Amino acid sequence: MRGILFAFGLMLCALPALAFDIEATQDFGPEAPLQRLSVLSTTDTAILEPVITAWLERNPGLGLRYVMASSQEVYRAIAEEGAAFDLVISSAMDLQMKLANDGHALALPADLVAGQPVWARWRDLLVSVAQEPVVLILSDSALRAGEEVPRTRRDLIALLRDNPERFRGRVGTYDPAESGAGYLFAAQDARLSDTFWRLAEVMGRLDARLYCCSVDMIEAVRAGQLLVGYNVLGLYALAGHSEGLTVVELEDFTLTLLRTGLVPRMAPEPEAAVGFLRYLLSQEAQALIARGSGLAAVEAAAFERNPHLRPIRLDPGLLANLDPVSRQRFLAEWRAAMEQP
Amino acid sequence: MARPVAFSLRRRLVGQLLALAAVLALVLSLAVRIGAERAAQATLDAVLGSAALALAEEMRAEEGGVVIDVQPATFSMLAAMGEERIFYRVDIGGQTVTGYGDLPLPEGLPTTLAPVFYTVPFRDARIRVAAVARSLRVEGRASPVLVLLGQTREGQGAIAARLGWQAAALGLAVFLVAIPLALLVARSLTAPIDRLAEAVGRRGPRDLRPVRDPAPRELLPFVTALNSFIGRLRGTLSQTETFIAEAAHHIRTPLAVMRNEAELALRQSGEEATRARLRGLIRSADDAARSAGQLLDHATVLYRADQADWARLDLAEMVRAVAARLAPASEMKDIDLVLDIAPALPCEGDAVLIEAALRNILDNAIKYSPPDTVVEITARIEGETALVRISDRGRGLGGAAPERLLRRFRRGDNVGDVTGSGLGLTIVEQAASAMGGSFRLRAREGGGACAEFCLPLV
Amino acid sequence: MRFLLVEDNADLAASVAARLGLEGHGVDCAGTLAEAEEFLLAASYDLILLDIMLPDGDGRDFLARHRRAERTTPVIVMTARSAVSDRVDALDTGADDYITKPFDFAELEARCRAVLRRRGGLVQTQRSFADLTFDPLSATIGVAGESRDLRSREVRLLELFLNAPGRILSKEHLCDRLFSFSEPVTDNAIEVYVGRLRKKLAGSRARIETVRGLGYRLTDG
Repeated sequence: MRGILFAFGLMLCALPALAFDIEATQDFGPEAPLQRLSVLSTTDTAILEPVITAWLERNPGLGLRYVMASSQEVYRAIAEEGAAFDLVISSAMDLQMKLANDGHALALPADLVAGQPVWARWRDLLVSVAQEPVVLILSDSALRAGEEVPRTRRDLIALLRDNPERFRGRVGTYDPAESGAGYLFAAQDARLSDTFWRLAEVMGRLDARLYCCSVDMIEAVRAGQLLVGYNVLGLYALAGHSEGLTVVELEDFTLTLLRTGLVPRMAPEPEAAVGFLRYLLSQEAQALIARGSGLAAVEAAAFERNPHLRPIRLDPGLLANLDPVSRQRFLAEWRAAMEQP
Repeated sequence: MARPVAFSLRRRLVGQLLALAAVLALVLSLAVRIGAERAAQATLDAVLGSAALALAEEMRAEEGGVVIDVQPATFSMLAAMGEERIFYRVDIGGQTVTGYGDLPLPEGLPTTLAPVFYTVPFRDARIRVAAVARSLRVEGRASPVLVLLGQTREGQGAIAARLGWQAAALGLAVFLVAIPLALLVARSLTAPIDRLAEAVGRRGPRDLRPVRDPAPRELLPFVTALNSFIGRLRGTLSQTETFIAEAAHHIRTPLAVMRNEAELALRQSGEEATRARLRGLIRSADDAARSAGQLLDHATVLYRADQADWARLDLAEMVRAVAARLAPASEMKDIDLVLDIAPALPCEGDAVLIEAALRNILDNAIKYSPPDTVVEITARIEGETALVRISDRGRGLGGAAPERLLRRFRRGDNVGDVTGSGLGLTIVEQAASAMGGSFRLRAREGGGACAEFCLPLV
Repeated sequence: MRFLLVEDNADLAASVAARLGLEGHGVDCAGTLAEAEEFLLAASYDLILLDIMLPDGDGRDFLARHRRAERTTPVIVMTARSAVSDRVDALDTGADDYITKPFDFAELEARCRAVLRRRGGLVQTQRSFADLTFDPLSATIGVAGESRDLRSREVRLLELFLNAPGRILSKEHLCDRLFSFSEPVTDNAIEVYVGRLRKKLAGSRARIETVRGLGYRLTDG
């Protein structure tokens, strides 16, 4: 996947000197467009490419520069560097919330905001462009014959506790100390259910391995190094080849991450950004995303069909996740749970 | 007669009531807006304050430092009210430990565990901040802890604005309701005035009784003044009438004695020079009596013309009566009165005025006609009017313009040998025009004059 | 004829009475309404001349009482008040006619005649001279069984002659009696009326003679 990305060519030289690290950049549309929209995103280019292409077809003469970076770098670029981007799309809900809360976002048109469900937006500053369940993945070899796929955390705890030999060293999850997403998921889990701490204890006893990224976890499961990956982003799990894997949406609750977009206050072309965002939120574009990448469209119906899906609340409560003092306290507890003798 | 119209009581009342309603509506709207803002502020402050207190209370010293547990739920709750933005800052011993280090501090330091609230501009918004102070024992030493928790109040502003608009709408509704209400009130307030005016206006011109119609207490001084005025008017009028009658009596009775004595003397005197003098004396007495009569008639006509005390009457009947009344006078000169009168001519007017007019016309016709001639009296409907035409074979107008003869004290140039004051035709003219009719005088073909007196038919 | 004159002004009453007396009428004078009532109880009259303003009341009230008592004696109201309403009032109250002061006696006589004529032959007024009969009320003369109508002035002229048969009446005297003083009259105007009367009298023994330089007189034969 990375290979494909890089095949489109890095165009670092075309960019002004940037103080933040970017992973890739790609230009779409004509070589000398009348207007060029610049998008800063944590999402792989390939996933949004069909949508970008479709939008440019509808708006001839426009160009789009897609810059990809990690969520921390995206936040830094906007909050600290004041980088000139027209649209910022990130899966780090807490950082996006902080950008909006701290006044780095422009108000979006009322009609655009009004079309979104309440849980999928915050004020008129932040809107969700996609939703992804945070799932459990199981290697096919994790279960013996006759064993059922765990449906809840309780089931998972029981499975792990009853088979310590099988799972020792072969359970993986995010390292909340290292990964922003991992910390968010852990904090949300802890907030929603006490089973999280019991699960942490069990995983600690089994010498769970900690990862920085979903991709690595999926790779590890596929390679047979891990039998269980907990709190994996569905997108990555499904986007790859899923043979030999079982993806489980736990039925007690499955967190759902919202990828959110905002127009920064410093945006040079805010109107074009709104235009693109509007298209991105259209049913047509959402269908394109869902078909091409498996990234779930933003739809309220999904939550009615699947009552276990819990969208992570898009509100300033997320700011608490970023509080360093609280974070230290949480991580200390986490470590204490994991390092039980 | 143009009456000075100073102002309309009703319009003034309506205007003042409306102005009052407008002010009330405005005040209501402002009061609701301010009240809503205050109430919302108080509520939101209570929530913000308790959140800040919770944040402060949950802090505790542990080995290796202070434990702060920023609960997402706290922020979620604060933000939920109108999707506000949240800012916080925790200082321990003067050092910012976490949160937004640039969040402005309160002016005075808050006392322990009682939040202090203040509003400051921060970033691109105005925020409301709750500040809580406490102290914490850190590593054996008491350290002051300051917790600041701020939120934007856009929701509050929006709520207050919405309530303000609702109140304004309510105020407008009150205003709109006030308009017909004010009109109604004004009408009901001025109704007694209208009723009183109507009652007074409906009275006949002769009705000089005091006003007894019910009037509101506020109008009593006016009614009293009016009644006193009516009383004075009644006194003056009766004095005037009495005076006219007395004056006539005191002039005419001696004149009558004088005339009779002169006539007797004429009968008994044989000396032609004396007789000529006596004839002159009698003519003068007649002159004086006639002038006095016409002056008094004229005064009466003017007085009654102003009264406009009209009633329905039959003009044909009146013409017949006047003709019969003057028949002896015409007979004395062998003048035949030829009547051609319609059976009925319904008109509206003052019988006294009509009688005076007809009598003066006919009297003139007989006076200026030579003996053995005919005076024709016709009365019939002509168009919309009843027309009385009296034609004689007298000496006519002597070439004078008819309108000239209608002027007061103006007589024809050809009548110097007949007694007269020149008021007769003026009386006729004034009587006719007072009742909406007309009077025309013209020379008649073949000699003589033709007088036409018209009244509108009913 | 017999008149009752109700008038409070003594001078006026005296002059009217004297004037009517000259014409051969009998006149009783009452100064108040009370006196008038007494006279009416004591005698009967052909006509009442009634003043309006009397010391003991209003003449119109008297008139109203008079009519309520169904007395038929005709009443002519004499009024000094020329206020037009008074005249209407008087007629409404039941007066047969009214006359305003001062008045011409000729007019008073004419009105009396008219009233009596309207009331119809209560009094015998027919007179005769030689072979002539004369009824001033109907203004007719009878000559040799033939009835002839007279004009108003002819009636009065004939009355003047009949009041003084055989006496010479001067032209001035006749003028004064025949014409109103407000009327311009020439001497030959009287000749016109004498001429007319002579024509009406043609065939009768009664004749009007011209006495040159003095006037006229009525003679029999």
